[in-house]
Amino acid sequence: MAEYFNIFNQVQVQGPPEAGMAGPGKPETDRVGPPFFNTWVGWIGNAQIGPIYLGFLGIVSLVTFILALNIVGLNMLAQVGWSISEFLRQGFWLALEPPGPQHGLSMPPLDEGGWYIIASLFLLISVMSWWVRSYLRADALGMGKHVCWAFLAAIWLFLVLGLFRPVLMGCWCEAVPYGIFPHLDWTTAFSIRYGNLYYNPFHALSIVFLYGSALLFAMHGATILAVTRMGGDRELEQIADRGTASERAALFWRWTMGFNATMEGIHRWAFWFAILTPITGGIGILLTGTVVDNWYLWAVEHHFAPEHPGEYGYDVYQGGE
Amino acid sequence: MFRWKLPDWYDRWKKDNPVTLGSLTGPIILFLVGFSAWIAAIALIVWYNWAQPESLQTGPRGAGMSVPNLAGLDAPDKSIEAYYTEEAYTPEAGEDLAKDVYENVQVLGDLTDANFTRLMLAMTEWVSPEQGCAYCHNEENLADDDVYTKIVSRRMIQMTRNINENWDGHVGETGVNCYTCHRGQNVPSGIWFKIAPQLEAASGWAAVQNYATDQSVSTSLPHDALEKLLLEDGQINVHDLEPRVPGSTADVGELASIQDTERTYSLMNYFSHSLGVNCTFCHNTRAFYDGAQITPQWATAYQGIDMVQEMNQEYLVPLRDTYPANRLGPMHEDAPKAACNTCHKGYNKPMMGLPMLSDWPELAAEGPPEYE
Repeated sequence: MAEYFNIFNQVQVQGPPEAGMAGPGKPETDRVGPPFFNTWVGWIGNAQIGPIYLGFLGIVSLVTFILALNIVGLNMLAQVGWSISEFLRQGFWLALEPPGPQHGLSMPPLDEGGWYIIASLFLLISVMSWWVRSYLRADALGMGKHVCWAFLAAIWLFLVLGLFRPVLMGCWCEAVPYGIFPHLDWTTAFSIRYGNLYYNPFHALSIVFLYGSALLFAMHGATILAVTRMGGDRELEQIADRGTASERAALFWRWTMGFNATMEGIHRWAFWFAILTPITGGIGILLTGTVVDNWYLWAVEHHFAPEHPGEYGYDVYQGGE
Repeated sequence: MFRWKLPDWYDRWKKDNPVTLGSLTGPIILFLVGFSAWIAAIALIVWYNWAQPESLQTGPRGAGMSVPNLAGLDAPDKSIEAYYTEEAYTPEAGEDLAKDVYENVQVLGDLTDANFTRLMLAMTEWVSPEQGCAYCHNEENLADDDVYTKIVSRRMIQMTRNINENWDGHVGETGVNCYTCHRGQNVPSGIWFKIAPQLEAASGWAAVQNYATDQSVSTSLPHDALEKLLLEDGQINVHDLEPRVPGSTADVGELASIQDTERTYSLMNYFSHSLGVNCTFCHNTRAFYDGAQITPQWATAYQGIDMVQEMNQEYLVPLRDTYPANRLGPMHEDAPKAACNTCHKGYNKPMMGLPMLSDWPELAAEGPPEYE
């Protein structure tokens, strides 16, 4: 007899493809691509792939994203003289850089950041149309818009980094380069330039929510997997009609730490922790350079960080060398 | 009301599953083994960790200021053993000077003949041990200036004297001589040429970063840091010294941009790599800029920056037209230049602080040497 395991599910339903409910408008024509099954995918999720709803916004989003991606990639390739081997060798180093400071908010020549502005515009259209698409699909299914709002929280951080803050600073040069190592260089330089981002309280909050999200996700995932054999993976049923699975899960946490979230409330915990990560992070970035130019000195001024007066140099501590 | 009484099923379950010593043997053994291993591991790390370098505290507690014990960590520099030196001959009154004995002695004329020959021999050991005198001199006529290396070495002697005389804030009592850079090679290791821009199809900031080079220590940070900050007089400090400062990074030249910061970071990577030290050797990393939270090494390095700028601008770059084409930079045909790594070569003190000047008062300053 087939046995049910909850991570690598050996039971795969592969029969006539599930069409899903019809959309409100044109029920049969709104999804494209013949559905098919994939056993490998079935081991980590639903074995059925497609059909997918594309629609006008989906096409806009795909086309603009491909354009942005190709502008970045072809610029990188041009930077190494169209050499594929050099492109692979230096791939992690290469980037499409924003314009230099001398250009302010103007449109610079293409090879001095103009391509960056164009790629960013396409990326903006792509991301925003994907967001509207996610809203409309949720609406078509009669769902709440929680996924859209969560996505919008991430978009907030994206917009702060690439649009709101550069505009407030009066310089596209503050935007983040499109490259693997170069965007990390930007991150480091951003912190160094503005007096150590660790003293930015919103950065601190963002880290709390980021690590908290990981912890909550691990706790919740583990709890549900642990009570699956009692039917705990049917979470919605357990919310409406609490059974022994959620009783045991709740008892486990009450026994170990005295408090338990509820079967429904844990999902609110997760949702808020997750979306507050980019929301607080975005606030912290937006204030940097616009309102506060040196976070360490700001923190000292507000008694948020101590000064460290004292003697420096190893001679002082080693009794001379 | 809630009563602190365990439910009946628990009593029944407990009765059916009695805890006996036998049933606990396994867990107890497991616990003891695990606990002992844990204690042993901690003990090993704390008391017998052969891989743990000693670290030196470089600032007040709580600021994370520490550097690995440099003396313990450095492998002895091989060039210390290969160093050739010879004590000076104290001149006696009335001894002939080089300028009287030889022709065309422009900078070492005030040395006695014995000391002049001693220095010439040493320079051969330091710079051209294989080619000998002929590397700089026309052997038909040693006074001739027709070998370019002779012109260069004359200028290098002047540079060495200038460093020892005017930059003791950086080189201290240790001082420098030819061997500090050359180490037995015609061309010292760790020299550099202009390499920017490495990228094609881009201009401005986009062209001078995001490419792995030696000068950017294989990072994607700007690779024009040495050119802009150690040859030209670029601004290294990128911080604001107040919590709030009016203006924007778009005011070019007034406030440092993110790009300027990356360039400074590139230079600092080069420093760190050249000296084999980390940031906290000089800085409190929570406040890089704060003049009250720096180690004495910061001031030494700061003087080193000014010193290298002067060396490049006054001595090395003007020699460009003296060099043959094969000594010039591959990209811009510029003169070879110096920076930290040219002397330091991975050590926080070149040759781990070996005194370079004690035997060579002739190189200590301009003018006639002072012997003790």
